[in-house]
Amino acid sequence: MLSKRIIVCLDVRDGKTTKGVRFQGNVDIGDPVAMAREYYEQGVDELVFYDITASHEGRDIMIDVVDRVAREIFIPFSVGGGIRTIDDMYRALDAGAEKISVNSAAVHNPDIISLGARHFGSQCIVLGMDAKKVPVSASIHSGYEVVINGGRTFTGMDALQWARKAQDLGAGEICLNSIDADGTSDGYELELTGMISRSVGIPVIASGGAGTPEHLRDVFLRADADAALIASMVHFGRYTIPGIKAFLKGAHIPVRDVV
Amino acid sequence: MIAIIDYRAGNLRSVERACRHLNLDCRITSSPQEIRDAERVIFPGVGAAGKAMETIISLRLDDVIREVADRGTPFLGICLGTQIILDQSREDDARCLGIIPGMVERFPATMGVKIPHMGWNTIEKRIDHPLLAGLDPRSQFYFVHSYYPKPLREDDAVAYTFYGIRFASMIARDNVAAVQFHPEKSGRPGLDLIKNFSRWDGRA
Repeated sequence: MLSKRIIVCLDVRDGKTTKGVRFQGNVDIGDPVAMAREYYEQGVDELVFYDITASHEGRDIMIDVVDRVAREIFIPFSVGGGIRTIDDMYRALDAGAEKISVNSAAVHNPDIISLGARHFGSQCIVLGMDAKKVPVSASIHSGYEVVINGGRTFTGMDALQWARKAQDLGAGEICLNSIDADGTSDGYELELTGMISRSVGIPVIASGGAGTPEHLRDVFLRADADAALIASMVHFGRYTIPGIKAFLKGAHIPVRDVV
Repeated sequence: MIAIIDYRAGNLRSVERACRHLNLDCRITSSPQEIRDAERVIFPGVGAAGKAMETIISLRLDDVIREVADRGTPFLGICLGTQIILDQSREDDARCLGIIPGMVERFPATMGVKIPHMGWNTIEKRIDHPLLAGLDPRSQFYFVHSYYPKPLREDDAVAYTFYGIRFASMIARDNVAAVQFHPEKSGRPGLDLIKNFSRWDGRA
């Protein structure tokens, strides 16, 4: 039986893992390669590296991180943040990433999804999507709108329609982040996740809001997520991957045993 | 030396990295002579069957792949490499290499499961095989595919995996073994399988 995946997200800035902390901005919390190794040994199923650097120098540092991770970690991992061109995708994949995630670049230019899928195969292309709850309107039937720039810019696009379109364009997976839940540690947005996951035929990763193992249980059982993204709940040592998996197993959710 | 056959498909470098991590002597190559001379051959791949076969034929690799498989060289197919050693694929209706008799089928859309089959799944052994020696039966492997191998003969299936239907996730005949999952991305059990391959004499 296919296991539900637990994916740890590492935000990387200038070669360091960083995390937004309320009232303090971003603080560096460690070396991404060492952290990746630690989570790999704990039995994480997949990793995501999100490049939050804006500069060209930062991009090169990121590719170097990807390359070093790929030399010692033998599970799939994806890279996102600032990927705009086929060349950007090629560099990340060649350095050892399994998949690449496109977010705002796909909003501005949806063809990047189909181009990427044609070049590298659908399994390499993840659509990253930030969605925010809005009143239902003529243009936003689902009540969730696609947003970019960390939620500051509304795109006028319906989240459900965008998910279906991305699938048609050749995305192999959707990483769905709720801007409302993100950073709250109050749990995933179950209504949004369930709606998208049940409406597309490709896997959906739930993101935003994870604070406890119960939140993962709920998003798997009540929202049919295929995978769950977590960050601060493990970065700050409150929970471990084996602890979360043991809890999920107790709730009869199929997870991967590390043997 | 292990030759990793280069036919411009994905995951070559991942396979190379896993081999290097295990201190195995390996080389990514599309030279028929190097492939012929190699002690072992890995035939990896990510992508579509039709395009892959086109490239293999244009690089004149089809004959040498059949030759080493036929001659007893320990041979490991991975993912797309596993599919195209069968006779034919429903993907692009591609005519494949015909090393092991069988078809490559698409997961039916009506099973109520997502396609691609993406993530970690178990394998259920039908028979023992040297490449699986020492692996814990609870081991899971990383899969990502929309088509699956269907060997003509049950005897060629080593292990099965369930995803909506039951399919052969590992097939083998004599010196040819092939897995639908990605051992190079499957953590410790995957690396153990590659290590077993590096010591395998090609006998089942």
